[in-house]
Amino acid sequence: MPSEVPQADVVRVVADLGLCQGHQMCTGEAPDVFAFDDDTDQVVVTQEHPDESLRPQVESAVKYCPAMALAIQEEQ
Amino acid sequence: MNIQEVSYAVEDDGYGHLAEMRVDPIGLFERVRAECGEIGRFRLADKDVVLVSGAEANEQFFRAPESTLDQAAAYPFMTPIFGKGVVFDASPEERQQMMKNQALRGDMMRGHAATIEAEINRMVADWGDEGEIDLLDWFAELTIYTTSACLIGKPFREELDSSFAHYYHELERGTDALAYVDPYMDIESFRLRDAAREKLVELVQGIIDKRVARGKVPREERDLLDVLISIDMTADYITGIFISMMFAGHHTSSGTASWALIELMRNPEVMKDVVAELDDLYADGSEVSFQALRSIPRLEAALKETLRLHPPLIILMRVVAEEIELAGHLIQPGTVVAASPRVSNRIAEDFPEPESFDPSRYLDERQEDLQNRWTWIPFGAGKHRCVGNAFAMMQMKAIFSVILRDYEFEMTQPSESYRDDTSKMVIQLQQPCRVKYRRRTS
Repeated sequence: MPSEVPQADVVRVVADLGLCQGHQMCTGEAPDVFAFDDDTDQVVVTQEHPDESLRPQVESAVKYCPAMALAIQEEQ
Repeated sequence: MNIQEVSYAVEDDGYGHLAEMRVDPIGLFERVRAECGEIGRFRLADKDVVLVSGAEANEQFFRAPESTLDQAAAYPFMTPIFGKGVVFDASPEERQQMMKNQALRGDMMRGHAATIEAEINRMVADWGDEGEIDLLDWFAELTIYTTSACLIGKPFREELDSSFAHYYHELERGTDALAYVDPYMDIESFRLRDAAREKLVELVQGIIDKRVARGKVPREERDLLDVLISIDMTADYITGIFISMMFAGHHTSSGTASWALIELMRNPEVMKDVVAELDDLYADGSEVSFQALRSIPRLEAALKETLRLHPPLIILMRVVAEEIELAGHLIQPGTVVAASPRVSNRIAEDFPEPESFDPSRYLDERQEDLQNRWTWIPFGAGKHRCVGNAFAMMQMKAIFSVILRDYEFEMTQPSESYRDDTSKMVIQLQQPCRVKYRRRTS
């Protein structure tokens, strides 16, 4: 991995729609990264590569997701 | 079926491993993994139960499509408790709908937190400066009040006293695995179960009569009971609905609160850290109903570790409706398939030193719960993962915020004598399970 790639670009936020139960906790924890689709009753990741400054919010959303449906993937 | 069957530790009395299931289910499930690996089999009356463990097989189990697995058929011991015709479990779609409209919705949590705080304060109001409680009795009563107030409504909760908790407990005791042979077999625990359910129907009928005599009240004073009365449901059916609504949140929360307190007493260093964290958090006079919805990292880690070691449900079962594949084996319709939180939560590869109570597993670098989504499964996993888990964690945080702020606790019996009674499908603490409390002075 080239070292000059900023970290924000190698991190990807993913939601597993096979697991999402529509609790909407993430939209409270990190409103700039997650939204809710009223038609499907499921989460939508609005920014797959959010700015590093949003990382604490995203980590909190991942940690408190009642369905354990969210993850931060470090891309190699 | 070429899946290996586990050995017998208790002699087959004609119902396969049922006899062992009734005395040592944990030993049975552990032996399945030890002898057969990630997929093994035991026999429960006329049913084959295929038990999986480990991340890969668990993921297949929890991700299996809804149409292929039936939950209600796997738990015959619940039917006489809920009553005939009462829905056992909602489909994932219905659960999602419930989430949007009802009591478990995220924005309802603040109100629930305040309700729970008030219920705990009522329960400790007559505690005085020191005394003793029985953990099972105390937490089972508290969680009857919190689940009824939050899920059904405060006016209904106000009609309840400890007799409701007592009869509810008899229902939970009526979950002998013999239900796999016949849920209406003539045995004592089933007779007590049925008598208790009749008593609960009587109590609910009494409350309904009062409501009917009182007449209509303004919309904001109504609760779920008023709604069900207005559509002419019988007391028997309404009671069944209430029993089923409260069931998932009652013995589970009660047991977890008890075990968390036991583990904190057994691990004084952890207790000290948690109390210091809470003292710090509430030093500014902030409200429990506010903080219980926010991050309380050390307490949360202690609760997660309690759940890992003492999951309230030790086995999760489904009946296969259409052929599925698990761990390389095709499983035929009619087979019971299962995963065991008790076994998976202690897999050494995923949870180093699995027997030790170590809340630091959940600190940022390790996060052993998130790292092991398919084996850290106290709430199950997948689409049927417990929808009440955020509510449950909030309730635990509220309970410990209140009781550890004002009281210190001490064991009154040998540490190892606090243990579960696993003779029924609903596991509860073995009594006596007494602890001493003393009001904090510093």
